[in-house]
Amino acid sequence: MVNTKEIWSLLEQVNDPEVPVLSVVDLGVIRDVRTRGDEIEVILTPTYSGCPAMDAIRMNIRMVLLQNGYKDIQLTTVLSPAWTTEWMSERGKEKLKVYGIAPPLPLQQVCTPGLFHREEAVACPHCGSYHTSLISEFGSTACKSLYRCEDCREPFDYFKCH
Amino acid sequence: MSSIDYTLHLADNALILGHRNSEWTGHGPILEQDIALSNIALDLIGQARYLYQYAARQTGKPEVTEDSLAFLRDAWDYRNCLLVEQANGDWGKTILRQFFFSAYQFFFYERLQHSTDNELAAIAEKSLKEVTYHLRWSSEWTIRLGDGTEESNRRMRAAMDQLWKFTGELFIPASYEKIAAAVDLSSIKPLWEERVSEVLLQARLEKPAAGWGQTGGKEGRHTEELGYLLAEMQFLQRAYPGNEW
Repeated sequence: MVNTKEIWSLLEQVNDPEVPVLSVVDLGVIRDVRTRGDEIEVILTPTYSGCPAMDAIRMNIRMVLLQNGYKDIQLTTVLSPAWTTEWMSERGKEKLKVYGIAPPLPLQQVCTPGLFHREEAVACPHCGSYHTSLISEFGSTACKSLYRCEDCREPFDYFKCH
Repeated sequence: MSSIDYTLHLADNALILGHRNSEWTGHGPILEQDIALSNIALDLIGQARYLYQYAARQTGKPEVTEDSLAFLRDAWDYRNCLLVEQANGDWGKTILRQFFFSAYQFFFYERLQHSTDNELAAIAEKSLKEVTYHLRWSSEWTIRLGDGTEESNRRMRAAMDQLWKFTGELFIPASYEKIAAAVDLSSIKPLWEERVSEVLLQARLEKPAAGWGQTGGKEGRHTEELGYLLAEMQFLQRAYPGNEW
């Protein structure tokens, strides 16, 4: 019999290749782990449809489970309900900040098509100042936008709310 | 369950516009906007993959895959609307094309997420969050350029002349769109009109009067632009069948 708890702790070792401080569990993309006898089914959901990290994540999950002696592995992708930054763990948000990426704020009205939306109050992960401004809604990966701190003058990534 | 043609139509729209946008990668006017358009391309190609995977399953044939659908069909099998295949032109034309299509796709996915086809509904629910960003970004750029300099306004008017005639097709249902799972296009047309009017007004661009429009893309009758796009996109799989990274 497979112990589901052990699978979850192994999944904690699989990191997002583009934000390597976050595990896939922190990221909130693992929706469920199911077992039937020796068979393991990991249910996961993508962050963004085109996120190239998802293929690497699927491969790494399989590798970690194989390395730990599990053979009967099935990875199932589900799209609904759609992934949201609300599913990121609090520990994950802490880790992001230490890494230099501003963690996502709670979902707000900015996720609307309204024009020239009011910018979110995003704290600079370097100096903590809220005196920051948006450079671009699209950053180095689909999940991030680019900000600048007007106090310490450092640019930084913001893991945008989604 | 809906028809394969309907799924392919949605997939082709996303892939062709995604590919067009990817042609800008490394050529954007400034780095941040090069990255923005490349991100939009990634979202669209990702959405296309889910749709092609579903279409492949719908055929029930194991030899049909997302790759064979994208790389081994010729122009007359493509079901995308004419708007998305139009060449990039300058930055203004690319922006206006994105705005017209994102405004359509936003209201379309809003409806499709309640489709009786659960697979399409899930893809729409996922994609809608991404398209929300595309619509806001392309709306703001349309205003920025239309209400920008004399030169940028002139280019946006030129883009309007080239693209407006392809917008009508978005709302004329093809035979495969008359199914229960499909979005009722007449219900989203007024929403599209309202959004476009609002943005064009702010952009100081005149909305052309309703008139003659070009159609045919949804039924496989394309402009010559699509052939050139496919020649580049499909070259590798045609020359080296089954090749992988």
